[in-house]
Amino acid sequence: MRMSDFVVRDAIIAELPATNKEGVIREMVESLRAAGQFRGADLEDIIRAILKREFLGSTGIGRGVAIPHTKHNSVERLIGTVALSTKGIAFDSLDGEPVHVFVLLISPQDRPGDHLRALENVSRSLRDDSFVRSLRTATTQEEIIALLDRADH
Amino acid sequence: MNGASLQQKVVITNPQGFHMRPMAAFAQLAARFQSSVKVSREGQSVNGKSILDLMLLAAAQGTELTLEVAGPDAQNALDALVRVLKTPTEEDSPEPPVA
Repeated sequence: MRMSDFVVRDAIIAELPATNKEGVIREMVESLRAAGQFRGADLEDIIRAILKREFLGSTGIGRGVAIPHTKHNSVERLIGTVALSTKGIAFDSLDGEPVHVFVLLISPQDRPGDHLRALENVSRSLRDDSFVRSLRTATTQEEIIALLDRADH
Repeated sequence: MNGASLQQKVVITNPQGFHMRPMAAFAQLAARFQSSVKVSREGQSVNGKSILDLMLLAAAQGTELTLEVAGPDAQNALDALVRVLKTPTEEDSPEPPVA
């Protein structure tokens, strides 16, 4: 599995207007909905599920990165999106630092293996400091897509 | 003095695998010990104090992981970390179906 297999290109957000955790999650999930990835009726339930997961422990894993996620019946395959915030957003991260790079994942209920492989893939990209630096300076959806494609060699 | 170097194999029993929440618990606990913590799967070895590293393992249910802990507090670290790997987390209970 490669990042371009599950990141929905049209749902990538180059600059989040959001200023807090709920806002980030809402904008990212809404962006996936706008890209036609699930029924509009499921929007609030998905947002709620992701926030509930965050309540159990932040997915802000440090180094300015967070990976909010949930399982949900509304998707038939694992989907995700990427969003950036130049100013950074307080996310209760493990290192206490604001988050600039978000990768949000929604996976079907019954495929834990796919979720784990997506995390592996996200890690392969995000462990690379130069990749994260480039990502953080990207200003358009196209630039982000190009970076993700290059990371997927 | 480097202290002991200890190893233990653990099979992941969680139906969701070794996912992010137990990884966070594991890495945060590992960071509290002086000992180095390595976790390996089929020859791939990662730093147990880093969540990003642990994500590379993609360890589904049934995967055997090897913990290798070295340092002055190795025994305590190993015992505590094995316990984390074997304890299911809150979110692993099945969620109610969505209407």
